[in-house]
Amino acid sequence: MKFAIPVFPGSNCDYDLLNALRDCLHTPADLVPATTTDLSGYDAVILPGGFSYGDYLRSGAIARFAPVMTAVKAFANAGKPVMGICNGFQILTEAGLLPGALQANESSKFICQVSPLHVSNTQTRFTTAYARHQDIKLPIAHGEGNYYCDDATLAELKAHNQIVFEYVDNPNGSVANIAGIVNRRGNVLGMMPHPERAVETILGSVDGLGIFDSLLMNHVQGDAHVENR
Amino acid sequence: MYLAKVYVTYKPSILDPKGEAIKDALHRLDYENVATVTLGKYFEIKLTPGEKPLAEQVDEMCDRLLANVNMETYRYEITELEA
Repeated sequence: MKFAIPVFPGSNCDYDLLNALRDCLHTPADLVPATTTDLSGYDAVILPGGFSYGDYLRSGAIARFAPVMTAVKAFANAGKPVMGICNGFQILTEAGLLPGALQANESSKFICQVSPLHVSNTQTRFTTAYARHQDIKLPIAHGEGNYYCDDATLAELKAHNQIVFEYVDNPNGSVANIAGIVNRRGNVLGMMPHPERAVETILGSVDGLGIFDSLLMNHVQGDAHVENR
Repeated sequence: MYLAKVYVTYKPSILDPKGEAIKDALHRLDYENVATVTLGKYFEIKLTPGEKPLAEQVDEMCDRLLANVNMETYRYEITELEA
């Protein structure tokens, strides 16, 4: 399974992701520039964290129009796995691939800490490696990670089991403790916590491995049809 | 040439921690009568007439890029600049 990691000017978690995929999971991965228009040959795309285009205008607002995003949209529309971590999540909401938006943290502070999370849906292709209702710990590092959506959208998210990760202690004020969601089809995941920073014991947690293991497992099994349920 | 002045602000339901921080700072400067501060964005866009009516184009630019309509609302004024 081959991963593409689009790199925008200002991305800064791209190498962490590359390290996690190549060195820890021993799966091929490439950094691809934001100007790439062709993602053929790749089986999954992960948008890394950082401050794409300096967070000018809004987090993710400019990255959304980078050439690679046209290819990412086509990739997602074809049902292939797309994931966005932190700034990647912000880009996916700006691009309309996921509902809602990320607003400033309630405390107005940048939060950098290890956060306990609850895996609320283990039936997605990103989370099958986790035990049902497993509690995990992942690092978060963001100033604008406060997930917001209106009541109608929240009802939709709940009705279709799209809430995948929830904060145990909601550090940023997110609606319904939301830390990560999938689209209705279940092939696009956005999350504020950083699984790529929790893949080796020396990093303090290996709880992030489950996401990458899930992707690999579901791909190896040839089950491209693990839909969200 | 036309000038579009675009104002983007948060919807009332959205937190504005920067506005709150500025309000607190104004209070520390003894401006006790300051009740609320809302921080928004202001754009000046010079443009020439295009294929669409200008107002329609500015609406479209706001919806697609300048504002995130999930969280923000916008208004604008368009004036003709003297040559």
